[in-house]
Amino acid sequence: MTKHLPRVDVVLVGFGWTGAIFAEKLTAAGLDVLALERGPWRDTPSDFATTFAQDELRYYWRHGMFQEASQDTLTFRNNSAQTALPMRRWGSFLPGNGVGGAGVHWNGQTYRFLPSDFVARSHNEERYGPLPADMTVQDYGVTYEELEPHFDYFEKICGICGQAGNVNGETIEGGNPFEGMRSDQYPNPPMRMTFSQDRFAASARALGLNPFPVPSANMSRAYVNPLGLQMAPCTYCGFCEKHGCGNYSKASPQTTIIPVLMRRPNFGLRTNSEVLSVEKTPDGKHATGVTYVDTSGEVWFQPADIVILCAYPLQNTRLLLLSEIGAPYDPRTGEGVVGKNYCYQVMSSATVFFEDEYTNGFVGAGALGMVVDDYNGDNFDHSGLGFIGGGYIACGTTNARPIESHPVPEDVPRWGSAWKKAVRENFLKTTSVGVHGASMAHRSNYLDLDPTYKDVWGRPLLRMTYDFTLNDRRLTEHLTPVAEEIARGMGGAHVKVNARRGSYDSKPYQTTHNTGGTIMGTDPASSVVNRYGQSWDLPNLFVTGAGLFPQNAGYNPTGTVGALAYWSVDAIINQYLPDPGPLVRP
Amino acid sequence: MTHYTRRQTLRLMLMAGTALAASRVLAAEYGRGAGMPWSPMSGEVPYYGTGADRFFSRDERLAVAAICARLIPSDEDGPGATEADVVTFIDRQMAGFYGRAQHWYMQGPFAEGTSTQGYQSEHPPAMLYRLALAELDDYCRSQRGGAFAELSEEDQDAVLTGLDEGEIAFERVSAKTFFDLVLENTVEGFFADPLYGGNRDMVGWRYVGFPGTRYDYRDFVGHNGAAIPLEPVSLQGRPGWSQP
Repeated sequence: MTKHLPRVDVVLVGFGWTGAIFAEKLTAAGLDVLALERGPWRDTPSDFATTFAQDELRYYWRHGMFQEASQDTLTFRNNSAQTALPMRRWGSFLPGNGVGGAGVHWNGQTYRFLPSDFVARSHNEERYGPLPADMTVQDYGVTYEELEPHFDYFEKICGICGQAGNVNGETIEGGNPFEGMRSDQYPNPPMRMTFSQDRFAASARALGLNPFPVPSANMSRAYVNPLGLQMAPCTYCGFCEKHGCGNYSKASPQTTIIPVLMRRPNFGLRTNSEVLSVEKTPDGKHATGVTYVDTSGEVWFQPADIVILCAYPLQNTRLLLLSEIGAPYDPRTGEGVVGKNYCYQVMSSATVFFEDEYTNGFVGAGALGMVVDDYNGDNFDHSGLGFIGGGYIACGTTNARPIESHPVPEDVPRWGSAWKKAVRENFLKTTSVGVHGASMAHRSNYLDLDPTYKDVWGRPLLRMTYDFTLNDRRLTEHLTPVAEEIARGMGGAHVKVNARRGSYDSKPYQTTHNTGGTIMGTDPASSVVNRYGQSWDLPNLFVTGAGLFPQNAGYNPTGTVGALAYWSVDAIINQYLPDPGPLVRP
Repeated sequence: MTHYTRRQTLRLMLMAGTALAASRVLAAEYGRGAGMPWSPMSGEVPYYGTGADRFFSRDERLAVAAICARLIPSDEDGPGATEADVVTFIDRQMAGFYGRAQHWYMQGPFAEGTSTQGYQSEHPPAMLYRLALAELDDYCRSQRGGAFAELSEEDQDAVLTGLDEGEIAFERVSAKTFFDLVLENTVEGFFADPLYGGNRDMVGWRYVGFPGTRYDYRDFVGHNGAAIPLEPVSLQGRPGWSQP
């Protein structure tokens, strides 16, 4: 029997970045908030202390903190003519699990999307004419200007280290000249750069480009955030992404929000508690709460006035489909919304091999880098190019974790003495210029429920149908040569181009930037939630995270995810609570 | 509302088998003004193995050691998989949760899949090794006159190239899947922290110049392209700390 629990004001499904943001604001507003997290408790001293955090095998290759694929994974195929098969172990992306979610093991690159990214359809059609019929690109329904105060606040919560390029309309030398207008500087100065960034910046400037420091959630100095939580200076240890930070130097829910929350009597957190479905009133017009199962197998019904989905985008999409909320997307008709506009990221790079100089990649940090934005979004003229969007081009020095990072030139075999020698010769002497390309929505890329494979509770797995599109291919063919040109100007002996060709491959790690599936918008016929993240179908159900993105921009998503969360929770507190109901009338 | 009775739930758990055995921690409630919880060693402890943990038979171990020695050879340029004791690393991994694919999704049905769909074998790594190693030695005996470990280095390289390039096929498992997994595990064993049994005395790290798990390079950020000569440190410390 399902056991009924006492009602709470708000139940949060998942407790990573967005869960922590919503919980902090809603408890401060006086509400009784409960977070349900399917993974375990995690924190610095017990789970990634400095005496064992730097373990590449444990945390990356043995998936120490990622979602447990044995219990729940997804199936994948490149197109709907194929049979999707389970991702039996993680490869291309690494969904988080446990308190803090993927916010524990991210790199910390914290960008704002461009103003034009939020109006991608109307902006591009106005400038270049109608988009191809199969490109289901949409506007967000919220603008950069509306989000600006929330970007600013999230950057202050995290203590982002960077160089502003546009504060209140004043252009500042050394920052990003293309960025949307900011109301304030970054709270901390940029990180210190290494040899590779110096060479990249010089080469980019010689080409007339505008390099600036990657906005970093790895601390350039000690910092106390607006909630009174203190972070320590980064030690450039090179174990950010895929690892937790033992030094309290990387912004995460644990270092920036959770300790404050845990002291509040009106906040509760239940770990190892997996939500199975969102429950509705018999007329299907309101959410009544959630059903969840704990690891002892006990099933519980948790009633709540407001339900907020704060899990990873892939999970939020699946939960809506399993709960039969919103019309599932149908790629044949183009109708339906849940699972629509799944997007990813189109990555490529050029590796520079030096002969005499040492790049010492082990002296690194997840967001240590210099970057140019001249080829991102609509910062350049796309006339006649046959694609929209772009990407940043960056030289980061994030790590030299040797199982993962041992680049060799293209003519070297995969194993044997020649491979071994090439690894030794190049291990301390390479760097990379990476293209972080946007991924535009397409009618044929989507998420739905798999007809065959089930999770540990017998529920269908999520099915991903995805391949790179014509827009993606033209984009990467246009931008990768720019990265190569910068790389060739950095003074190395050899440059190897790692182009993005062929179909999307789920095996090699690319990036954990899965977006869409629960997209926001202005019309219930083409979006799952309105511009506040509120369900069009159930006004007391909200959805957060990168699943809201109608398409993915050429940036890391977390900065925009944070801003959207603060924007949405602000609307709940100031508009929904005084007058519960739809915040937008279609 | 979806109703799951306790009996249904327990049945689901039993169906799931080893998958749920991985969840040792029961649900817990935190917060309500109590502050941050703490308990010692609550994180998932790595499976580092011990000298007593072995999966391979004697013959299997000989074959794996011989394969590793060709993938990362010992030569005039420096030590290889043999000095790093990569076979011990792999043996321990196969004896632990990794060898059982305990954290992988291993429910059927199983199908071959496309090249972009990843590992689709119905066998977890340890059993894939066992089945493939038996077929490898059968192949070598019939085609080259001896078990893999008994062949000349030239013959071993030719056989491994055949596996890598899909020219040699096995009956019960994919030879290519096996080769790719052995190569992946061998690189892991050469470069993982020595606590897992490979990278003995940090030979892999010393060979390429990786200083290991130091966790603080603030003094070296401004290296400006110069070498940073640092002795490596592992999670177990380094020999200099315990020797006079």
